[in-house]
Amino acid sequence: MQYYVQQILNALQVGSVYALIALGYTMVYGILTLINFAHGDIFMVSTYIAFFVSTLLLGLTHHLPPLFTFVATLLAAMAGTSLVAVLIERLAYKPLRTAPRISCVITALGVGLLLENFMVAFKPIGPDSRIIPALFESRNYSIAGVTFSTLQIMIILISGIAMVLLDLVVRKTMIGMAMRAISWDKFTVPLMGISVDTIISITFILGASVAAIGGTLYGMAYSIDPYMGIRIGWWAFISAVVGGIGNIRGAMLGGYILGFIEIFTPVFLPTSTYRDFVAFSLLLVLLIFKPTGILGKPAVQKV
Amino acid sequence: MNDTPMLTVDNLIVSYNGIRALQGISLTVQKGEIVTLIGANGAGKSTLLRAISGLVAFQSGSISFHGVPLNSIAAHKIVEMGISHVPEGRGIFANLTVFENLKLATWTRKDRENLDEAFRRVFDLFPRLKERKNQPAGTLSGGEQQMLAVGRALMTNGSLMLLDEPSMGLAPVLVRDIIRTIQEINQQDGTTILLVEQNARQALKIAHRAYVLETGVISLSGEAEELRNNPKVQAAYLGG
Ligand SMILES: Nc1ncnc2c1ncn2[C@@H]1O[C@H](COP(=O)(O)OP(=O)(O)OP(=O)(O)O)[C@@H](O)[C@H]1O
Ligand SMILES: [Mg+2]
Repeated sequence: MQYYVQQILNALQVGSVYALIALGYTMVYGILTLINFAHGDIFMVSTYIAFFVSTLLLGLTHHLPPLFTFVATLLAAMAGTSLVAVLIERLAYKPLRTAPRISCVITALGVGLLLENFMVAFKPIGPDSRIIPALFESRNYSIAGVTFSTLQIMIILISGIAMVLLDLVVRKTMIGMAMRAISWDKFTVPLMGISVDTIISITFILGASVAAIGGTLYGMAYSIDPYMGIRIGWWAFISAVVGGIGNIRGAMLGGYILGFIEIFTPVFLPTSTYRDFVAFSLLLVLLIFKPTGILGKPAVQKV
Repeated sequence: MNDTPMLTVDNLIVSYNGIRALQGISLTVQKGEIVTLIGANGAGKSTLLRAISGLVAFQSGSISFHGVPLNSIAAHKIVEMGISHVPEGRGIFANLTVFENLKLATWTRKDRENLDEAFRRVFDLFPRLKERKNQPAGTLSGGEQQMLAVGRALMTNGSLMLLDEPSMGLAPVLVRDIIRTIQEINQQDGTTILLVEQNARQALKIAHRAYVLETGVISLSGEAEELRNNPKVQAAYLGG
């Protein structure tokens, strides 16, 4: 029993990160019908920004309070990653707004490769894996035989808060309304006095920011390397599709489902090597029976 | 009325993939007027409205609003300058609620303190929308969707409203209602109107002046009264 509770906590931790990344895939798809295949690598970039900023802050002779260092690292990662995402959108995707879908897919894959290889070639980074220094003391607690760490709880809580806030932005604010309006009919949106380009940039910023929250937290718990975005990106993408691409809550749900698959596959099957097999099988089966994903609505009623 | 017209379109040419949809259109709209533009399917009526709002680019000629040229001004900026546009086919956001559709149209307004009043005005003109405020706009009937499209244009607080076939697909009694509402908006709110209509009879009833568009050129223009009595207009657009 304790074992299962323990695994549920682990699944929530991993699932939170998938959910945060899946949100970026789903929002961009919602307004541009573009699968931003570079998004997993944008997540990777966020972990490096967090790595460098935290290293810098911890290296200062003047000692900063841990909470300050953590928040500053988080905000810097969000801002830096947003900048990268907006640049990618403006330089790579915007010129292709009216191009055939396949050109956009190839460009997105190309941007992903570019980010990975740039990181490997860039001297201060290189191919080796790294660990974000401990920004605060993470203690282990044990309650009724279930152990968990401060970090684990923080990952689950901060991710949850970020998702609730993002959901509120999309459902309640004018920006969220504009995003949903674009997903329905982007040609009429300018007649409301709204610049579609501005809303697209804001969408990339929101997607990059939640990915960076995931990236900073992930980088504090696991090692990072320039190719990490590939597998995690695929898993997050599957999360978005499973939940119903274009659907915000679907992405969150899908992220947690994939988190449970990742953690519970080795519990029920001989080794964890089956987890990709299980995840992709789920995707295929789901696409046969419900092509729009769990929370996705038929094509005429997206978002 | 000798001062600068509110809207001046001069020798406007618009092509789609090299095929000319408008071949040198000139017209003016004075502040406070209702001007109607009538013409057969494919004449270029929607193209003209879309060019004015910046939704399609034009190859030559000019459009100016209060004397300010609109060449290469982005569509969302033109809304901010005071031109609202009820597009052909309504263009409502079916996935947003009625309230959200209206709210979104206030994006560029700086006078946030007047929003309550603006909502009141729209709900006053269209009580149905008030009843259905929190309903997804996609669940509205055709007539109600048209009310929402007009309501949304009102919410942008433009001084010139372009309407593209607001009576399309509506039952005759609803057509009369919507035409009467447009007149009310003109008379009570002082909004200038450029109305594109297939339903020429109704449009000419409320308009001050009219233009007839035939395959990309203006073939006739004048006082609405005068056009209504013109035998050619009667034969072609008023059913003889
Ligand atoms: N996006 C487009 N691409 C190519 N041609 C177009 C496009 N939009 C309109 N046209 C062409 O331009 C001409 C004028 O079309 P427009 O829609 O302005 O006519 P209209 O007077 O509004 O017609 P209707 O009464 O049917 O709405 C038509 O020949 C039409 O086929
Ligand atoms: Mg038309």
